[in-house]
Amino acid sequence: MVKEIAEVVYQSEIATDIYSMLLKVTFARDAVPGQFVSLYSADGSRLLPRPISICETDAGSGTIRLVYRIAGKGTKEFSGLEGGDRIEILGPLGNGFPIDEYKDKRVLLVGGGIGIPPLLCCADSLEEPVFAVGYRSETYLLEDLKKRGEVHVATEDGSLGTAGNVIDAIKADSVKADVIMSCGPMPMLRALKAYAAEAGIPCYVSMEERMACGIGVCLGCVCGTEHVDEHSHVNNARICKDGPVFDAKEVTL
Amino acid sequence: MTEPNMAVSIAGVTLKNPVMTASGTFGSGMEYSEFFDLSKLGAVVTKGVADVPWAGNPTPRVCETASGMLNAIGLQNPGIDVFCERDLPFLRKYDTNIIVNVCGHSKEEYLRVVDRLADEEGVALLEINISCPNVKQGGIAFGTDPRAVEEITRAVKARAKQPIIMKLSPNVTDIKVMAKAAEAGGADAISLINTLTGMKIDIERGRFALANRTGGLSGPAIKPVAVRMVYEASGAVSIPVIGMGGITCADDAIEFMMAGARAVSVGTANFRNPTVTVEIAEGIRDFLVRKNIPDVGEIIGCVR
Ligand SMILES: Cc1cc2nc3c(=O)[nH]c(=O)nc-3n(C[C@H](O)[C@H](O)[C@H](O)COP(=O)(O)OP(=O)(O)OC[C@H]3O[C@@H](n4cnc5c(N)ncnc54)[C@H](O)[C@@H]3O)c2cc1C
Ligand SMILES: Cc1cc2nc3c(=O)[nH]c(=O)nc-3n(C[C@H](O)[C@H](O)[C@H](O)COP(=O)(O)O)c2cc1C
Ligand code: FES
Repeated sequence: MVKEIAEVVYQSEIATDIYSMLLKVTFARDAVPGQFVSLYSADGSRLLPRPISICETDAGSGTIRLVYRIAGKGTKEFSGLEGGDRIEILGPLGNGFPIDEYKDKRVLLVGGGIGIPPLLCCADSLEEPVFAVGYRSETYLLEDLKKRGEVHVATEDGSLGTAGNVIDAIKADSVKADVIMSCGPMPMLRALKAYAAEAGIPCYVSMEERMACGIGVCLGCVCGTEHVDEHSHVNNARICKDGPVFDAKEVTL
Repeated sequence: MTEPNMAVSIAGVTLKNPVMTASGTFGSGMEYSEFFDLSKLGAVVTKGVADVPWAGNPTPRVCETASGMLNAIGLQNPGIDVFCERDLPFLRKYDTNIIVNVCGHSKEEYLRVVDRLADEEGVALLEINISCPNVKQGGIAFGTDPRAVEEITRAVKARAKQPIIMKLSPNVTDIKVMAKAAEAGGADAISLINTLTGMKIDIERGRFALANRTGGLSGPAIKPVAVRMVYEASGAVSIPVIGMGGITCADDAIEFMMAGARAVSVGTANFRNPTVTVEIAEGIRDFLVRKNIPDVGEIIGCVR
């Protein structure tokens, strides 16, 4: 975990309001799939970090790739950065997916909306990744996914793949897997947790919450847990430090 | 010029420099110890701890505001037993002062924590939080009525083995009255300001940004209010004042000291820059050197 000034190597808009940014950092080789970084605004009036998942890492060139959607002022500012510009960054943060445990298993990587990017680096560490991804209408990163494995697509408007959400696509295509690893909106995670319980397979979810410190200090970003948490001995784990990835059975969704 | 003296003393406790952490923004130091040596701090002030674990408020608990943030953590903490078994041994490894911030819903709850800490080695001072805006009973309820401030101060002082700092709320009409009440109750020092009660509405969703509806405002946005209150409080009492509220750099810390603070706490700024506290201590030293001031004590309350 380091705080540093990273150099933007390259940035481009890959879909409407969705940007792909390559950053040169010192910690590329330490990052594991499912971890995230905090990006900081150059505008001092915006104090808090913008947490963004690591999409890809390249230890060789010491770079990480982030893919994010413009959601407000901070991400709007980041979208204006170009190669050679600099940005404050803290990372890698949190705990990733239990990739090693399931390396040689059939892992279903499920992403919805802006939860798709971290699936890329997961797939890069797996032997047999299968994707199920949900979009509203316009797709992004689809070619990157196809290069890595079999892809099942759902679109809300039915413009591609199954009309509906990812669960609809998984059911329609009768996708079978040993384990699910997922990132996306809460309703999707909730549905996946129920689906995995029914199918009798483990399910890991990457959670989201408003953050202030990003390193486990402020207790701003907690989620309810089944068991008493390590830190506060209540039933609230810190998403930034104990997560963002949790066993779906362990967290209240 | 010779190296300026950076040490200050609060209720007989010597701080190697006047910079400490603000409660709730530094945990018990574990996370930040990955970024720098905690021994470089005048003191570490820990997150508020109660007699039993507190679960805190629902989320969202934090949101950003212009040059600040709102929080309504609701004092989530593991309770004093875990704190004494896990956090204190960790902090004792460092050559800094440990200041334990204490919270409670009632006088009895505060006293249970104070009693439990009585024989804990290495606890230099207690900071009694009577000013948290995010818990319904206790907290701020004690901190906004001068009679209650005096009473809780007296009760804690009668039992505490360590000197006590009463942490005051800015959500009052006249801070001088509260400062005097704490002094009358026997406080060894006061610290201020805790957060200012605020609110943010998410207009897209038509909802409160925080689940708790209101939260405590901190960060640079509150600094001028805090400096004014430190100035007023330090003029009203003769016990030491610890200043905080929006400090992000050495210049800010010096401003608080000139207004009358003997030491300063740095809170929200840690979130942005994990090494900000040590940078502030170094910056104060550089200022003294530049101004040819041999002792940091000379700037305390120098603007009157
Ligand atoms: C662990 C984690 C990983 C994430 N990964 C990605 C990613 O890979 N790609 C992506 O596009 N988005 C991701 N997000 C969401 C992203 O953090 C927000 O979209 C972003 O912070 C919005 O900032 P803003 O300044 O543009 O929006 P504003 O609304 O102006 O932000 C105001 C404040 O709210 C916070 N905030 C707003 N939305 C969110 C949110 N959804 N989650 C947490 N904090 C928020 C901001 O950080 C900021 O402090 C992730 C969130 C988390 C918690
Ligand atoms: C996330 C957060 C948690 C806090 N928790 C506590 C606490 O447990 N006890 C306390 O006395 N003050 C608490 N505070 C208040 C700070 O210690 C400090 O008084 C206030 O934030 C003003 O300083 P700052 O602007 O430097 O942050 C908290 C503040 C924040 C932002
Ligand atoms: S953001 Fe501070 S604990 Fe997670």
